[in-house]
Formats: sequence, C-alpha cells, structure tokens
Amino acid sequence: MANENQPLIFEQSKKDRIAYSLPELDVPAKPVYELIEKDYLRKTEPELPEVSELQLIRHYTALSKRNFGVDNGFYPLGSCTMKYNPKVNEVVARLDGLAKIHPYQDEKTVQGALELLFRLQENLKEITGMDEMTLQPAAGAHGEWTGLMIIRAFHEANHDSKRTKVIIPDTAHGTNPASASVAGFEAVTVKSDENGLVDLEDLKRVADENTAALMLTNPNTLGLFETHIQEIAEIVHAAGGKVYYDGANMNAIMGVTRPGDMGYDVVHLNLHKTFTGPHGGGGPGSGPVGVKKELTPFLPKPLIIKKEDGSYGFDNDRPLSIGRVKAFYGNFGINVRAYAYIRTMGGKGLGQVSKDAVLNANYLLKRLSGNFEVPFKQFCKHEFVLSGSRQKKLGVRTLDMAKRLLDFGYYPPTIYFPLIVDEAMMIEPTETESKETLDAFADHLIEISHEAESRPQIVQEAPHSTVLRRLDETQAARHPVLRYKNPLDTE
Amino acid sequence: MADFRYLPITEDDRKAMLKTIGADSEEVLFSDVPENIRFKGELKTEKALSELELIRFFSELAKKNVSTSDIPSFLGAGVYDHYIPSVVDSVISRGEFYTAYTPYQPEVSQGELQAIFEFQTLICELTGMDAANSSMYDGSTTLAEAALLSSGATHNTKVIVSEAVHPEYRQVLNTYARGRHLEVVTVPVKQGTTDLESLSQAIDGKTACVIVQYPNFFGQIEPLKEIESLTHSVGKIHLIVSSNPLALGLLTPPGALQADIVVGDCQPLGLSESFGGPHCGFFAVTEKLIRKVPGRLVGETVDEEGRRGYVLTLQAREQHIRRDKATSNICSNQALNALASSVAMAAFGKKGIREIAEQNVQKAHYASDLFKSLGIRVETAGSFFNEFVIDCGKSVREINNKLLEKGFIGGYDLGRQSDNLNNKMLVAVTEMRTKTEIDEFAKVLEGIIHG
Repeated sequence: MANENQPLIFEQSKKDRIAYSLPELDVPAKPVYELIEKDYLRKTEPELPEVSELQLIRHYTALSKRNFGVDNGFYPLGSCTMKYNPKVNEVVARLDGLAKIHPYQDEKTVQGALELLFRLQENLKEITGMDEMTLQPAAGAHGEWTGLMIIRAFHEANHDSKRTKVIIPDTAHGTNPASASVAGFEAVTVKSDENGLVDLEDLKRVADENTAALMLTNPNTLGLFETHIQEIAEIVHAAGGKVYYDGANMNAIMGVTRPGDMGYDVVHLNLHKTFTGPHGGGGPGSGPVGVKKELTPFLPKPLIIKKEDGSYGFDNDRPLSIGRVKAFYGNFGINVRAYAYIRTMGGKGLGQVSKDAVLNANYLLKRLSGNFEVPFKQFCKHEFVLSGSRQKKLGVRTLDMAKRLLDFGYYPPTIYFPLIVDEAMMIEPTETESKETLDAFADHLIEISHEAESRPQIVQEAPHSTVLRRLDETQAARHPVLRYKNPLDTE
Repeated sequence: MADFRYLPITEDDRKAMLKTIGADSEEVLFSDVPENIRFKGELKTEKALSELELIRFFSELAKKNVSTSDIPSFLGAGVYDHYIPSVVDSVISRGEFYTAYTPYQPEVSQGELQAIFEFQTLICELTGMDAANSSMYDGSTTLAEAALLSSGATHNTKVIVSEAVHPEYRQVLNTYARGRHLEVVTVPVKQGTTDLESLSQAIDGKTACVIVQYPNFFGQIEPLKEIESLTHSVGKIHLIVSSNPLALGLLTPPGALQADIVVGDCQPLGLSESFGGPHCGFFAVTEKLIRKVPGRLVGETVDEEGRRGYVLTLQAREQHIRRDKATSNICSNQALNALASSVAMAAFGKKGIREIAEQNVQKAHYASDLFKSLGIRVETAGSFFNEFVIDCGKSVREINNKLLEKGFIGGYDLGRQSDNLNNKMLVAVTEMRTKTEIDEFAKVLEGIIHG
C-alpha cells in the first residue's frame, strides 16, 4: 500500500484545468437568462475541482491503493459473504444492450431485459422454494422492510389489526429491528439458549395474538443451523404470525435445504452476498423478496411476468399490492450479475458452493479452536463465532487482534457481533478460498494469540504497516467534519 | 473439482480437511439439518454455461433490447442518456474499489473513505447544503426517507407533496408513509408547476414537510422562492427539494433558497440508464439536521500520529448500533455508484458541469422552438431545464411505435400516470442529441402527429 498522504481532489485543483470534452454547441444559442428566470440561475459557481484527466486517474489510482478488496486478499468478514466477484459478470453487465436501456422504453424493445429478470426470478424461486418473487428491493435491509410490509398488508387484509409486534432473536442483524421499526412494528426480542439457538420456551412466551412475524436467519448469525426450525415455525404460525427468512446466510444452505421447505413464508436474498453481485465498497446491492402463495397478492408492483404469447411484460393490475418500493424495477445491473453467476454455477455448482463454504468454515474453526474460546461446540455452517475472552484477560482485546491482522495483509473478521458473545470475532471464509489461504490465515491468527501472551504491546498498538495507524473516532464524532472547505474561502 | 473455476477445494483438500475436522464425510457437517427438510437431488436451476456460452447467451439477450446507444432517444422522465467520460468506468473497474465491503476498518479503507468524503463535499457544493451522506438506494427511496426524517424531527405526520414530483417517487413515498402512519396530501399542478394556492391551503400545524421537485417532473423550474416562504411561514415545517444534480450546475442551489433537505438521484452524473438501476440517491441537509440523517457519513479525523484520515462517523444513528431506534434501516447503499458520480463530477469540474447543464437547456429550448414552428403544440411555458411537454392530440403509444420504426426512441407517455394527461408526451433533450438528430426527430414527429 502507498504510504504518502493523498491530497483531496479539491486540493489538487487549479483554475482552468479540465478532464472532459464536449462537442461544441451545434444549435443556435440564446442568452441563458432568456431561457431560465434569473432568480433561478446560480450566482456563484459550485466548487468542483479543476484537474486534468491524468491527474484525475492518478488520484483515484492512489486512492485505490489505499483500499482493500477481495481481489487484494482474504476478507473473512462474517455475515458479509466476501466471495470472489467473477470478472465475466462485469463484462456481461456492461453490454450496451443491458446497460444502456431506459426503464420506460416500450416493452417490445426490452424483451431481453425482461426475459433475463423473469429467468432470474424462476431460478431464485427454485433455490428458495418460494412461490413468487419480486426483484424490486435495492438491498437486504430494503428487502426486509418490503417483506414486513407484505406481512403487514396480509394481516390488514384479514382485519387482524392487533398484530403490531415482530419477534427478533437477540443475535439478529441490526437491520432486522430497524426494518421492523420503519415498517411500523415494535421489535420484541427472543432469547438464545445455551446452544446459541432460539430458546423455544422464550419464543412460546413472546409469540401471541400481537405477533405479526418472526424474523430469523438460518443458519443464524452465530453460524449455527436452527435445527428446531420446524417447531419454531409452528409456534409462530399457531400464534397467527408469519415467519420471515433473512437471506444473509443463504450461502450455507443452497441445495441442502430451502427456506420454503423449512416453513418460512417470506424470504429476502442478498444478491451481492450469495450471488456475487460485488459489494462495491458498500453497495449497490440487490434484495429480492420471495413469498409463499398466500402472500403473493401483496407483493410490490409491477411484477415481471411471462405472457401467454411467450413475450415478457409487467403485471400492474395488483389491487392488494403494498405498492412500489423503489422507482423502476430494482437494481437491474446487480440482478444481471447474479443471473450470470447462477448460470455459471448451475444447480450442481450452487450445491457445491454451500458444501465448500461449510467445509471451509468448519476447517478454519477446528484449526483455531485450540487457541481461542469457542462459545458453541457444534458444527458450524458457513461462518462461526469465536470469543476473544481468553486474550482479553491478558489485556488484548478482539479489536486489537483485528487490527493486528491488518499487518499480516488480511481484512479482519466482523467483530463485537453478535452482541451476545463477549469479544466476538465472526469469521466467514467463503467457498472461493483455498486450503492454503485458510492455513496461512489460521497460522497468523494463532501467531497473534501467542503474541497476546508474549508481547501484547505489538497487538495492542497494531496496525503498524498500514498507511495510517488507528484513527480517532471520538474526535470525528464530537466535532464532525463531513466535507472539505477551502481554507482560502472566507465566508 | 475442476468443474467449477471459482471453487479451489480439491478432492485431496477435502479429505485432508475432513480428517482435521474429525468428520467422516461432508454429510456429518449437515447432520443438524433435519432429514424431512433436506433438499433431495440437485437444484433445478437453469443449466450451467461455460464462459464462452455465457457471453454468447447474454449477448443474445442484450440484442433483444433496443439500446439508447443504437438509436437516438428523447426519453427522460427521471432517467437520462448523458455523456459518461471514459475515466468513470476505468476507476470503478478497479478491484480495490468494487470488491471491497463498507469501510468498517478505516486503516485499510482510506481510499473508499476519502472518495466518499469527496462525494459528500461535491454534493454539498451542488445542492448548497451543509452536509450530505455517503449515498442512498435511489432518488425515490431517498425522498421517502427525507419525509420520515421530517416527520420524526417535527413530530408531525402530514406530508405534503406536489403532483409535479416524479409519479414513481410519490408511489414509493406512499408505501413508506403507510408503514409509519403518515398522511400524504398531494397538491395539484397548475400550468406545469405546483399550484401555490392549493399548497398554501394544504399547509397547517400538522404538516411535517412540503416536498417539491426542482426541475420538476415536467421539466419546469418550480417557484422555489414562493414555495419556501409559504412553507416556512408556518412553524418548523421542512422544505424538501428533490433535484436533478446536473441541473444544479446551472440553477440556484436549493440550499441558497433555504431548503431543509435536498435529495435526488446522481444518475445524470456518470451512471448509465441501466434499465432503472442501480442508480444513486443523495441526501443533503442543513447543519442542524446532521444527527438525524439516515445512512452512512464519513468524517475527517486524525490517526495516532496526527495524520489526517477518514472514518465512518456519527454511527450512533445507524441500525448496527441503535437497532430499532436507528434513523433508518439502511445498511448497504450505492457506494460504487457514488464513486462513479464523483469521478464524473471531478472530470467535469466547475466549468464542465455548467457547460453540460447549459447545453441541455439550449438544446431542449431549440427543440421546443422548432416543434412550435412546425405546428406541434408545446404545452410548457416558462423556465424549463431539459424536458418539456407536448400535446400530440393522439395516442403517444402509437406515435412512439411509429417513431421506433423510423429509428427514434420517443418521449415519455404522460398518459401512463393519469388519464387527464392522455396524448401528452414528455420530451427530453440532453447534450447527447445532435442538431441533426433533433431536426430529423422534429420532422418525423410532425409528420406522424399531423399525418
């Protein structure tokens, strides 16, 4: 990685430099104040930078060198499924006929796009065991909210207005309770038992006539399969609620079991996780939602359908629909990539993906289990959680070990999540990593655990080899500086 | 498994790993999945394709579409065909950017963090606001989130929205509003802009916000000054302005007109139409609303050695910390597209953004004047950016079919939104359209309308 401080692009700006070119205006020009009322014409120019094209490229290349992606190295960030992002996906997503089409073109001029989306829907239905699918939600959290709005509409249609609560395990992603809140529900917590699974007794206690739904990943965020999922679904169904599948952990179960067969009513998927739409530094994602038949009338509109004559189109005639959750038809470009991945792997390949993801996780867990506290003893699925409690007693926190991993060229695991594990370290290797990579990582993490005993300071003060040392987050929050201001500007 | 190029675990690896684990077979690892819910056999997804077959198949699908790179398009209505400098794709194709996750580990994510910090600054410059977040899904959801913010901040539940706001944005707003029990009141349009009299009547003590679009859905410049004074004359009501950021290269920024929240979509700045997504929402606010903003914010700070650096900040607003009390449920946003827009904005610079915006205005007005001179009824009067409304006197769908035969993608059929807009077409003319294309389009269109 580069070591020099990289100036902001604004600090490299010099008057009269440009990095674009435009044809000369080829229509007769009028003074712009004759076309637009003067009050609404800018008085001052926006301070956009003025740089040459090479300066611009050098700037972003320098920034890229100060960034770490899956292409750079191992990225075992739990719950994020940082697998390889296939290059061919990028190629096909950039075809003019897929990237340069307008959402309001006549149906007959976008048959290829609609066919692609329809085929993707059908594949996702098979993978999840659901009856119908919408590709409209833009990301996982957006899918969660969409799914909950569907459940809400279902209860309302049954004049069941008391159902104001959504049950969420204490291990859940923060998006679950937040989505419940945006959908107008109250989040209620169900506890985990000593095995890291939903506590059935506690669930029986909280599930009642006010329950709208239970949201549950499976495997859960501890990487453990909720082996009692059928009983869980029965308890919630008996109380009149619906069971919602958070697809964040779908990478563990493709071809092994399906949410639709486990008793789930609604599912969202994260196409940017399991299905290789790249993470992009935090998005764009895509969060399709699948539902069981009973809930299909409430799906967002429009739905993409295949008509009797074999052509593809939109179904807007959906009176019970929750409405639209996003303009147009979702993050099409990400859906294209996900479909390319599904077509590359095929059914057999997708099954192999989950098997290898689970094998890799269990292997890494085993390799590390001698040196770290393992809070739950059963086999994990695609990810697992360790506790840094042993190292904490030596004065070395999980945060320190995560920072130390940076020195060895790794992106650290997710830390301090799930909340119920002390000094949690959540590791998800994914199936696209080789045994050699896992071995090297295990060796390094074990070495760090030794360092914690023999020379804790080097861990506590890590990282040592990155472009910057630890950053002062308190100052950032206390005195927020959220934008650049030219020091020469005197306002 | 040589069958799958993304899967490196060999049979030898598998055996060795299972041995280490102490499991006889892979099956054992799944022994916690009850037999009666086990999926039997292989998933019946479509058949696997080799790389060459895949490219061939996707190229065939692509060929079934008419691309705006094949024939001139006069279609806009929220998504536009614009110049995308080559540097944009070059930058976002770098694996260090597009294969990274959210920059939670700042020491190895300074590149992304600095890029977002620059994005936030660029959005502040264009909108005239104090702070902007790191991006949202798109213009529609951003607008809805702005309404939720206002309702939370003002403790009011009535949301007033102009009918001249993009119809699909309003539909999304309605869906979000239902979740939070907000009442959405729509104010009609009069001669292409928000009817101020109706707006004035709608505003009351229960109002959380007034939402308008600038330039509005019909391309016209809303009288923001008057709208602002009506809005702020009653209590603490927020003025939310949904804007086209390219237009803000030329237009008075809403921040200078006392808007409280400015939202919109960066699609016109370096993002392809992509059949409606992924695009990139932006969310900008005044100083006093910073701690209520949804989504991620990047802030400047220093490292242990006093060197300048960037981190995700004010995270106490966010779902991973505050859970059900968070300002929003958003997690993933549109980071890579925010980067693409940043690159485009940096490439354009202060001169370019104005020049492109001005070419849009000039070309759209040239087209509108030409249409009028050919006897086509142009309904738009007053200031407009790069879109205007014409009355075709007959079905826009049929006209567009004929235009397609002649090699043009026609404008947006306003009748799709409302019956009283039947036969009306919203025509977009960007810097991409040459004079020859505009002249030819006008001639053909005139022939169809009067033919």
